Amino acid sequence: MARKLPRKDVVIIGLGWTGSIMAYELADAGLDVIAIERGPWRNTATDYPPGYAADELRYRIRHELFLSPGQTTFTFRNKMSEAALPIRSWGAFMPPNGVGGGGVHWNAETWRFLPSDFVLKTHLTERYGAGFLPGDMTIQDWGVTYDELEPHYDRFEYLCGTSGQAGNIKGTIMEGGNPFEGPRSRAYPNPPQDQPFGHTLFGKAARELGYKPFPQPSGNMSRPYQNPLGVRLGPCTYCGFCEWFGCGNYSKASPQTTVLPALVRKPNFTARDNSEVTRINIDSSGKRATGVTFVDASGDEWEQPADLVVLSAYTIFNVQLLLLSGIGKAYDPAANTGVVGRNFTHQTISDVVSFFDPEKFVFNPFIASGAIGMCIDEFNGDNFDHGPHGFVGGGYVGQVQTNGRPIETTPVPPGTPLWGAAWKKAVKDNYQSAIKPGTGVHGSMYSYRDVYVDLDPTYKDRFNRPLVRITMDFHDNEIKQNKFLTDKFAEIFQAMGARQVHKEYRKAPYDITKYQTTHLCGGAIMGTDPGTSALNRYLQSWDVPNLFVLGASAFPQNAGYNPTGTVAALAYWAADAIRSKYLKNPGQLINA
Amino acid sequence: MHRAAQIALVILTLAAGIGEATSAGSQDFAAVERGRYLANAADCGSCHTVPGSDHPLSGGRPIETPFGTLVAPNITSDRETGIGAWSDDEFDAAVRTGMRRDGKRLYPAMPFPYFARMTREDIKDIRAYLETVEPVHNPVKVNQLPFPLNQRMAMTVWDKLYFTPGEFMERSDKSKQWNRGAYLVEGPGHCGACHTPKTALGGDKSDKRFQGYTLQGWVAPDITSGQGPLADWSADDLAQYLKTGHNRFAAAAGLMGEVVELSTSKLSDDDTKAMAAYLKDQSGPKPAADSSADSHVMAAGGAIYQDLCAACHKSDGTGVPNLIPNLSHAATVNTGDPTTVLRVILQGAQSVATDKEPTGPAMPAFGWQLNDAQVAAVATYVRNHWGKAPPVSEDEAKKERTALDARTN
Repeated sequence: MARKLPRKDVVIIGLGWTGSIMAYELADAGLDVIAIERGPWRNTATDYPPGYAADELRYRIRHELFLSPGQTTFTFRNKMSEAALPIRSWGAFMPPNGVGGGGVHWNAETWRFLPSDFVLKTHLTERYGAGFLPGDMTIQDWGVTYDELEPHYDRFEYLCGTSGQAGNIKGTIMEGGNPFEGPRSRAYPNPPQDQPFGHTLFGKAARELGYKPFPQPSGNMSRPYQNPLGVRLGPCTYCGFCEWFGCGNYSKASPQTTVLPALVRKPNFTARDNSEVTRINIDSSGKRATGVTFVDASGDEWEQPADLVVLSAYTIFNVQLLLLSGIGKAYDPAANTGVVGRNFTHQTISDVVSFFDPEKFVFNPFIASGAIGMCIDEFNGDNFDHGPHGFVGGGYVGQVQTNGRPIETTPVPPGTPLWGAAWKKAVKDNYQSAIKPGTGVHGSMYSYRDVYVDLDPTYKDRFNRPLVRITMDFHDNEIKQNKFLTDKFAEIFQAMGARQVHKEYRKAPYDITKYQTTHLCGGAIMGTDPGTSALNRYLQSWDVPNLFVLGASAFPQNAGYNPTGTVAALAYWAADAIRSKYLKNPGQLINA
Repeated sequence: MHRAAQIALVILTLAAGIGEATSAGSQDFAAVERGRYLANAADCGSCHTVPGSDHPLSGGRPIETPFGTLVAPNITSDRETGIGAWSDDEFDAAVRTGMRRDGKRLYPAMPFPYFARMTREDIKDIRAYLETVEPVHNPVKVNQLPFPLNQRMAMTVWDKLYFTPGEFMERSDKSKQWNRGAYLVEGPGHCGACHTPKTALGGDKSDKRFQGYTLQGWVAPDITSGQGPLADWSADDLAQYLKTGHNRFAAAAGLMGEVVELSTSKLSDDDTKAMAAYLKDQSGPKPAADSSADSHVMAAGGAIYQDLCAACHKSDGTGVPNLIPNLSHAATVNTGDPTTVLRVILQGAQSVATDKEPTGPAMPAFGWQLNDAQVAAVATYVRNHWGKAPPVSEDEAKKERTALDARTN
C-alpha cells in the first residue's frame, strides 16, 4: 500500500533535458514542482571529475552512466513473426540514467530539423505524389511548424551556449553556415569551435566538390559563456571524451551546466532521486491523471498526487509508462488501430573509415570534442531531388570525429588480424593517419506499420510489470538511402587524398548489438488526429489532458539530424503552451 | 477545542506582552528590516545556525578556536534556552561588551570586540529582528574547552589586553563611502576576526590588521591592498566577489563561501562597494618572495599540473573569469600558509552559489589519486611558478591529509 505524499501542482517524471527545462519553466511560473528521477543525483565536479572522467573502460565499455539492464531492459525482435528476447547488454542504443539523463553523456550535437521535416507527409506527397512512398510507410505531419518552434530552438541554443555558424538569419543566407537550414532569428551565441586538421581538410575537399560545408553546431563551448539563467560554462579543452562521458570541465552543455544550478535555487522546486515511477494514476473517469506512484531505493512505495503530470523520461520509458498506466489505446499493427507504440523509429547510421599516407598526413585524432566537425547538408531531408533515386529521407554527412580514444578508436585497414602483433603494428602505423568519424552518415529512419513497441507477453521487470517489446527492422527505403549517402560521403574522403576508403554500409536486418545512436524516436507521437497520434501539437495527451509527454517519443518519424535540439525546442513549446494557455484554462487545448 | 485555542491565544498574548516590556522593536517594521540587514551584515547565521538546519539561529554549531571547541548558543527568542527572557540591556551587553547575563564573560569566538563598533540602536534592531525568527527550544552546552580554559575568569584579563570598547567614529577626512565601508568591515562584518593574525592568547595583532590568519582548516588570506595578494584586484573586483562569491580571479569556498552566502551577498551593492573601498585603502606589506623550491619538485609539480589542473585552470593558471579561479592571482595560493591549497587539492572544494552567480562550480578531490609527495609537488608548483610562495614539503601534505581525515566538516 503506497503512502500518500502531500499534493503538488506538478509532478515531473525524469530529470533529464526536458524534465529540467519544464521544471524550470513551471517553477518560474510559480507552481510547486517535484521531479522524480529513477537514477542518482549527479554533480559535475564530484561525479565525473577530470581526474577520471576520461576513463574509456569505465564509461564506454562498462556503461557506468547508463541504466543497468539488471534494473530494467527491453525485449527485441526483427519481425512480428519472431519471439522477442531480452537485451542483456546495451548495444544499438544506450538508455540514460540519473539526473541530467542523456544530457550528461551526449555529444552536444545541437541541430534544428528542416522546415519540411515537420510537414513531411504533406511535403513529400506534394512533391513526388503519394505513390512514391512505400505502401507500409506511416510517416505523418507533426502538427507544429518550424516557424512556430523557431523561438524555442533559439532559447535552447542560448541556454546551451551553442557554438556554430548561422547559415540563414531571417532569410539571408550566411557564408560559411548551412544554407539549407530554416531561417533563424539570430546567430548562434558562440562562434564555432576550432577545427582539427582532418576536419578542416574534409571541409576543403567538400568545398572543392561543390558542396557547402559548415561547422557542426556544438554544445561544447568555443569560449567562456554565461547563459540567460546566469549559469556559466567554461571553454572546451578538446579532450575527446564527450559521448558516453560526463564533462568535468563545465564545458559541455548539460542540465547540470545550464539549468539545474538555477532550478535548485527555486524554493518551489523539489527533486527526488533514486526513485522509479511505476505508473501514472488515473481517476475513475479515465480522463484525469491524479499523480504518480513511485518506489524509492528502500523498496517503499509512495503516491505523489499532483494536478499536472509531465512525463519526460527516455523515449521508450515514456511509451512504457503510458501502456502500463492504460493511457491511450495501445497500437495493434495487425488491425492498424491504436496509437501508443506506433511509429517507433531509430536511425540509419553508417561510416566511412579512411586510411591516409602516414608520411603525409598526421591528424592527431585525439584532439576532438563531442560535436566537432565539418558537415554537408546537401543530402539531408528533401534538400535534393529524390525522384531518380527511388527512396525518401536522408541525413547530414560529416567528418565529425569526436575522439581518438585508445580502446575503441583504433582503426586498422580491412584484412588486418583482429589481435596480436600484426594488429598492434597496424594500429600504430595508422593511428595518426586514419579517419573514423563518430557520426559519419547520420541518416533518417522513417516510420512503418510493422516497426513499433508494445508490452512483452513473457518477460517482466523487477516490479513484475511487462517489459517493453521492440519490433524493428530496416526497410528497403532506408537501406537505399544509406547506400546513397555512404557513397557520397566516401567520395569526399577520396577527394581528401585517402589511399584506402572502407565503406561500412548499414545493412538489414537491424542489429540490436551494434551501436548506432541513442536516438530512439516515436511511440507516443504528436499529431493532428487522435486516431493516429497519442499527443496533440502541444504534446498534451489526447486522452488525459492534464498529462504532457515530452521527448523524442513525440516524433512521428526520425529526421536526419540528432534529436536533442528538437526535443528541447518541443519542451519549451509545451512549457509555453502550459504557461500561456493551459494554466488559464486547464483542459484539452485542442478540440479534435 | 475552541476553549483550548482560546487559552493558547491568551498565552501567546502574554508572551508577546513580556517581549514588549523589554523591546518595542518587533512591532516596528523599520526596526525589523534594519535589524535583519544588520544581522546579515554581522553574519549571525554562519555561527548560530547548523548548516542545513531548518531552525535558523537556534545554535549548536561547533566553532573551532586555537584553544578548543566552543559551541554557538541558541539566539532565538525561546525563553528557556534562547534569549527570549533577556532584557535589551542584557542583549546589548553581550553583543557589544562580551558580558553575559550572569556577569561572566564571553569568549571572543563571539566577535564582540568588533560588534562594539555598532550602536545601541543597531543592537536593538537586531534584537527586534531576532524576535521575528521562530523560537526554538534547543539547550546548547556552549563551553567545551578543557580546564583551565573553561574558566571564564581569565577573560577579564583578555578583555583588558585585547578589547577596546567604543562605537565606530567617522573620520572627517575620508569620504562617506569610506566611512560606511569602515563601519561595515570593522563593525558588523568583523572581517578581522578571521583575516587578522592572532596572538598566542587569541587576540588580534593590531599592528598586522587584515594580513591573514588560518582558522578552522582554511587560510583567511591577507586582504590588505597595495602590495598584498589582492594588489591586482580593483575595488570593483572586491565588491563583485563579496556580492556574488566570484570574480575574474577567485571563487569563494569554505568559510568565506559561507560568509558570502549568508552575509555579503545579501548586502546592497552600495555596501559591498563601500567595504571594497575601505579594504582597498588598507595597506600591507609585500609578501616575502621565496625561490627555494627544488627544481625537480617544480618539474614534477608542473607535470602533474598539466595533467590534472590545466584542463580547468589553464596551462598558464589564469582560469576562467567567474567560474574557475585564477591560480596565478589567488590570495589563498600565493600566501605563507599552504593549508587551503593542500586542503583543496586533497579534498576538493565547492564554491558558493549566489543569486547573481548561481553556477557554484566545484573542484574535485585529488587526494585519492596523488600521494603526499605528489600533492606537495603540485602545491609547490602552483605556489611558486607564478608567485613566489614558499615550497610545500611532503610532510606538510601528510599532516594536512591526516588533519582532513580527522575533520568532520
